[in-house]
Parts: sequence; C-alpha cells; structure tokens
Amino acid sequence: MDDHRSGANTGSTPGDIIQVNGLKTQFGSQVIHDGLDFAVQPGEVMGVVGGSGTGKSVLMRTIVGLNRARAGQICVFGEDTASLSPKAARAMQARWGVLFQDGALFSSLTVVQNIEVPLKEHRKLDKALRRELAELKVSLVGLPPDAAHKYPSELSGGMRKRAGLARALALDAEILFLDEPTAGLDPIGAANFDNLIRELQSALGLTVVMVTHDLDSLFAICDRVSVLIDKRVKVGTIEQLMKEPDPWIQEYFLGPRGRAATEAVIKAQ
Amino acid sequence: MVAIVSKAAQKHIETLEAGDELRLRLAGDWTTFSVGQINRELDRISGTRKRIVIDMTSISALDTAGAWLVHRTRREWAKAGAEVAVDGASPAFQGLLETVASHDSVCPPAPKGHDPLSDMVVRVGAATTSAGAAARDLIAFLGLTVVATFRSLLNPRRIRFHALVTQMEQTGLNALPIVGLISFLVGVVLAYQGADQLARFGAQIFTVNLVAIGVLREMGILLTAIIVAGRSGSAFTAQIGTMKVNEEIDALRTIGLDPIDVLVMPRVLGLVLVLPLLTFYADLMGLLGGAVMASVTLDISLVQFARQLQDAVQVKDFWVGMIKAPLFAFIIALVGCYEGLQVARSAESVGRQTTRAVVESIFLVIVLDAMLSILFSVIGI
Repeated sequence: MDDHRSGANTGSTPGDIIQVNGLKTQFGSQVIHDGLDFAVQPGEVMGVVGGSGTGKSVLMRTIVGLNRARAGQICVFGEDTASLSPKAARAMQARWGVLFQDGALFSSLTVVQNIEVPLKEHRKLDKALRRELAELKVSLVGLPPDAAHKYPSELSGGMRKRAGLARALALDAEILFLDEPTAGLDPIGAANFDNLIRELQSALGLTVVMVTHDLDSLFAICDRVSVLIDKRVKVGTIEQLMKEPDPWIQEYFLGPRGRAATEAVIKAQ
Repeated sequence: MVAIVSKAAQKHIETLEAGDELRLRLAGDWTTFSVGQINRELDRISGTRKRIVIDMTSISALDTAGAWLVHRTRREWAKAGAEVAVDGASPAFQGLLETVASHDSVCPPAPKGHDPLSDMVVRVGAATTSAGAAARDLIAFLGLTVVATFRSLLNPRRIRFHALVTQMEQTGLNALPIVGLISFLVGVVLAYQGADQLARFGAQIFTVNLVAIGVLREMGILLTAIIVAGRSGSAFTAQIGTMKVNEEIDALRTIGLDPIDVLVMPRVLGLVLVLPLLTFYADLMGLLGGAVMASVTLDISLVQFARQLQDAVQVKDFWVGMIKAPLFAFIIALVGCYEGLQVARSAESVGRQTTRAVVESIFLVIVLDAMLSILFSVIGI
C-alpha cells in the first residue's frame, strides 16, 4: 500500500495519523533518541522493534505523553501534542488506547470495572448502558463471560492482556498502542492474540502501533516495521528491511529465528 | 397516518410511522460521545409494531458503542415479535454491526453481597480465625527464628557480618537524628508539664525526679521502640515483601540459601544489638531536654539538676528501661520480617502487609510494656 515509499524512508506525509519529527529523548546523560523521525499512517499496523535498551517502549511512552521529549515535535491526529490545552489533551487521550506489558489492570477493580473506568471518566453514560458496553468489550476481546467479574489476580497472563486490551478499547480508540502484547504468552496464546489484534484492527478500523520482540507477530500482523537503530528508526515493510545492509537488521530478520518465522509465513501461504 | 417527529428525536432518531410499519431513521454520530443521549432517545420509543425498519443511511460515524445500540434495538424489537430490517448500512457499518452482533453474550450478573447483618457476622468470624491463624504462624516463625539464632550463635561463621553491619547502620545510626529530636522534645514537655503541676506544692525541684523516672523507665524506650517500629519494622516488611514479589526469596531457596539466615537473622540480630544503644541515647537526650527546660523556666541550673538526678534515680531505674530494649527489638524485627514473608505476589499486598507490620509491632510493644510494668511493680522493682 505504500509502494511510493522507497526502502527505509522515514519522511512523513500529510495524511499520517502520528508524526514524530526530530525527536530527542534523554535520561540523565544517556541519550535514547536523537533526531528521530517516525510516522504512522491511518489504518496500518506498525511494528516497532530494536535491541534491548534502544528505546522502543520509551518511544511509545513519549508519544502518549508519559515521557517528555527534550526536543522535536510529536503530532497525533495532526495536532502538536506539546501545545495542547489540558482539555484538548484529555480529549486526545480518549482517542487512543494503551496496552501495557502485563495489562496494568487496576488490581482493586474487577475486569468490567476496569473497562468502565475510561467510560466513566470521559463519557456521560448511565450505569446500565456503561455496563452493557463494558460487557460487549469483554466479549469482543474473547474473554469468557464469567471473567467479567473476576479480579486481575484471578486471571492468567493471557487473560489479563485481553482485559487490558478491552480497557484500551473502551472508548473505541482510533489508535492502539501495544507494548509487547505477546511477551510472556505461550506460542498458541500469542498466535491467538495476534489474530485478535488483526481482527479488531480490521473490524474497528484501528491504527495499531506495536512494540514487540516477537518475530512471528511481526510477520503475521504488521503492515510495516520500524527498527530502532543508532537512536533513529528505519521504516519499511519486512521485505524492504531485509534488503537493508545494517548488520543488526540482517541478523534480526535473516538470523535463524527470523528465517524460521519467514518460512512459517511462506508455508502458511 | 401522519409522520410523527418527536422533539428530542430530532438529532439522532427520526421516527416515521406508516401503518403497521415504524421506520427509524438514524442520523448523526453514533459514537461513545453520543450513545448516552441516543440511549435516552431510544427509551422514548415504545409500543408494539409489526414491522420495524432501521434506516442507517444518514449515520455519519459509527463505533462499537453506536453499533451496539443499533444491534440492541434490533434485538429487542425482534424479541417483542416484530419483523426487523436494517436498511442502508454501508459495508463498513454492516461489518461493525456483525462484529458486535456476534459478540452479544450475556455476562453473569455480578455476585451480590449478602445482607449486612449476616455479612458482619461472617466478617467477624473470618477476622477471628485469621487473627488466630496469624498468631499461630507468628509463633511458629518465632520458633524458627529462635532456632536460627541459636544456630548462628553456636556457629558464628553463619552470621552474615556485612549484612548485619549494614542493618545496624540503617536501623541505628540513621535513626539517631529523629530519635534524638523526639526524645529531647519529650523531655522538654515532661519538664514543662511537671513544673506546672508541682509548682502548686512548691516542689518544682521534683520536676527532675519526674523527668528522670519518666524518661529512664518508660518514655525513652517506648518512644524509641515506636519510632523504630515505624521506621525500620516497616522497612523490613517492604524490603522482604518486594523481594518476595520479585521471586528473589524463591531464588535464594533454589541456590540453597535459607532466607531466615540471609534476610531475617541480620535484621533481628542487628536490631537487638542496636535498640539498646538507641535507647541509651534517647535516655540521654530526654534528660538533656528536661535539664534545658528546667534551667530555662525553673532556674534549676545544670549542676543542681545533676545533683537532684543522683538522688532521684537508682541504677535499677535505668536498667528497667534498658532491659526492655532487646525484647522490643526482637518483637519489631520479628513482626517486620514475618509480615514481609507473608506478602503475596502483588504490589498491593506489600502495602497491606507493611501497614499490618507497623500496627502489630506497635501494639505488641505496648502490650508487652504494660505487662512488664505490672511484673516490675509486683516484684517490687
């Protein structure tokens, strides 16, 4: 769909839903990103990969405003996130959902109560309707109905992730940020979760930004992939990236695990 | 029939009646922003119809919340026996509607609480048994710790001196400022209040006795123990509890290290060694506070204070306070470590157990103090 883009082009086009230009982030004296450009088009699934400590999660956290950027501009939905009024920033937060690594469910609330939190906070709905919508989300992410009134501590890791996804989708977010959604799941659970994300993405027309280590999910659901290298990103489809001369990218996609994942995709086709 | 356009329905739903058929013309945004209002609009449409047509042609935006309302409306009418048709949905809307429809499942209702009275009885019962179980476990842990202590004393090489010294620094040395300040201030308060009352009998000089006996026998040790329980007992629980959450305790076990030896012993021994020292320091600061207050408000010079002090107290008064220090230290460290090891694998549990550790250790310290006071008075010390 983005044939007009050559190789690992990182430039942004006006239609991009997320645009990051010249981003610099730093912790103490340690520079994480320097002059990073990153763009996501509406309706695509963008994977973010990179070695440990290259700042994949930091990039995601910076876009959603949990970290401050030292320099650079972050535009989401065409608006600069740094210059928003508090009210506009709140409205924008309702338009994206974030799934943290282990779900980050509020441990003192049940699953439906967790899903109701954003609905309560951002929308005026009566109790019954709010409950109906929360239960719809429970079903939508593939949780069994009796999980609705369980507490996070009573759920397995995979179910906690699904519940976290349901909470991220509570307001019908347009952008979904996923931080290692399949980490810690067994391969079958991970594949199911990949399918779920893909299904929801196409059914609800979501834009997905997904930080991951999981090559299988990269191959299975990502339209494009961003690789964090040298404090910047290289973006492209997997085929395009495989042609990159960078040794890390070569090792990543053409190493034994990368080859296995490629073969699995070819077999499936 | 005349087409009825109800007032509130102008925005999202237009109802057109034609004989047996009711046509619902949906318009505008059907998203989480508007579903609250749409839901109220839907509630106003009532009655039984033979045929319902839901016309989605003029919907401008639809998300799962809006699709849910469309689906629910369709389902309810169908249940009431009407023939329902959806008209004019774009492929995208149609897809969303199908997604929602295929996920229409009924979650079981939330488990209901029982009536408050029987609930209270149940809670009291549960609290009683859990308090009993906690007491039993604490006593078992006491036994474990005592055995480990003797094992360490018989074989001093088992003692981890580095950890011991670190604990002594954290619980003792670092507590000096706060213990000193509070003891000093309590000495000041005792002297001031005592002087006020004793002045009525012209016996201001006995203020010194009051301060000395009060600080040495009770206040010095009790305040120090309470500060240390709040400061170090809670820290023990939080440290060990966080390690428990992190599976570090399990890691120790798999490496063949006994958590009691590695984590509990240095803390218990360290606190038992350090609390008497802190108490001694608190005694000095309390007396100093009394002396300063006495010289400022009562014109009792420091020399006079010292002379009166010599008459007022015997060495046994000092020892009565001092003897409690290792006992209290043992209780505080024991409860702190025990509660730390009781932490379940959640962050919430660390906070809960820490609170429990502080409350329990202060409670036990004060109960033991009261019992010792009675014992000392019975045996005439």
